[in-house]
Amino acid sequence: MAKAKVSFSDIDLTVNVPAGTRVIEVSEKVGSGIVYGCRECDCGTCIMEVEEGWNNLSEPSVLEDKVLRENMAGRHQRLACQAQILGDVTVKPA
Amino acid sequence: MHYMSNSIVKDGKAVQLDDGVYWVGALDPDLRSFDIILNTANGTSYNSYLIKGSEGVAIVDTVKSEFSHEFFARLESVADYSDIKVIVLNHLEPDHTGALPELLQRAPHAKVYISERAQGMLKALLKSNTDDLEYQAVTTGEQVSLGDCTLTFLNTPFLHWPDTQCTYLEEREILFSGDVFGCHFCDSRLFNDKVGDFRFSFDYYYAHIMRPFKKWVLEALDLIDPLSLRIIAPTHGPILRDRPRRYVNHYRELATTSLSGELGTNEKSMIIFYMSSYGNTARMAEAISAGAQSVDGVRVSLFDLQGGETEPFVDLIEEADALVLGSPTINGDAVKPVWDLLSSLIVVNLKGKLGAAFGSYGWTGEAVRMIEDRLRGLKLRVPKQGIRVKLIPTDEELQQCFDFGNDISSILVGSYQDKKVLEMAEL
Repeated sequence: MAKAKVSFSDIDLTVNVPAGTRVIEVSEKVGSGIVYGCRECDCGTCIMEVEEGWNNLSEPSVLEDKVLRENMAGRHQRLACQAQILGDVTVKPA
Repeated sequence: MHYMSNSIVKDGKAVQLDDGVYWVGALDPDLRSFDIILNTANGTSYNSYLIKGSEGVAIVDTVKSEFSHEFFARLESVADYSDIKVIVLNHLEPDHTGALPELLQRAPHAKVYISERAQGMLKALLKSNTDDLEYQAVTTGEQVSLGDCTLTFLNTPFLHWPDTQCTYLEEREILFSGDVFGCHFCDSRLFNDKVGDFRFSFDYYYAHIMRPFKKWVLEALDLIDPLSLRIIAPTHGPILRDRPRRYVNHYRELATTSLSGELGTNEKSMIIFYMSSYGNTARMAEAISAGAQSVDGVRVSLFDLQGGETEPFVDLIEEADALVLGSPTINGDAVKPVWDLLSSLIVVNLKGKLGAAFGSYGWTGEAVRMIEDRLRGLKLRVPKQGIRVKLIPTDEELQQCFDFGNDISSILVGSYQDKKVLEMAEL
């Protein structure tokens, strides 16, 4: 199975994960400060900053794009409940 | 409706607050519980305001839908629908937007002014009826003119929804503050210098509605402070025309912590709560406390939940940097006082605090993981998997507890040294 790395810069920790893992599946377990609300691409609570590896996350869906826009997310921000890790990325709470 | 003899509110009539400014809201004296979470001993009011300018009329907020007829009757007593150019929604909660769909039908020339964050909510509120809707998202400093009156918007989010804003009428020095400075207090004498004693209601409303958003309250006060204020017109409770600045100052006091002086500037506070039926979880708590205290810069407090009241504990948690909970497992669950405490925390902001759990158990030991899940749900960070001990802790297990406390403290002060790379399977 293809592997990928997700690094949480707020706690200085990297986790080796199977490619396709969503950030939400990892961030809470390691105690990163990314927080969640609805957990299903609606509320925008889990907006995170992608510091490195923007292109190594799955493309945002139409719905995620809408939620990001409505919450005035910045250029390098994604929803942690949606984004799948496809290659090496570094993220932190927005 | 039966009003008191010195009532200022009359059926079907707007109440003038100032030159060209009217209250067109509704009283709800029979309400005893608001939004489930608040008791309302004498009901509440839904304050809506109407401003007549030389080039049009503005409506600031509306009322709960059941009270629409009162709102429209009062509105019609001072203005024509065709003159309404502006509808300001400072907050989109249904108790202030209930009459909006009907108002939009009746006032065809009106444009709606809302905060940036309110746009999605407005569409959700009006469902499919948004095709012809004319609205504009505004932020701090933007203005809309009614000829001889100017409305200036202040972006004051999270008081108490993401969408909230305040609107200032420059020429009259009136702040339409939304739920800020409001309270659930129903009194047909309407003005703060005429109504009954509403101090408790004012503080109670703050404590339940605004308190979790202290940081945002202080940011809003920074915007409000420089304004000249003759009247504060909130969406619930008395209109504050007698010395309105007092309420601004009082909000600042309420939003400023009373305990901040207790800790040193570089100290972190950890609160450990536990319940124990046979003393085992208590022994774990003491070992964790000792371990936590062995790290410089962390002040640790240890409490048996059995010996305290929930409310002061909530105050402590609000000020703490880390919350550690110990519970035995009884019939597959954590014990009720732990859940009682955890279900009392919606009035404080927990985001970013550290959380941890521990406990002794006899058979199954689910409590620790259930508490951890709840702490995560409340938006705490749970960086270390909690310690579970079967029955009486051994010396070795107490050492693990000591180390666990030490780890949590080390994470708190940023000195924790652990593996920097983990495998998914280890989590």
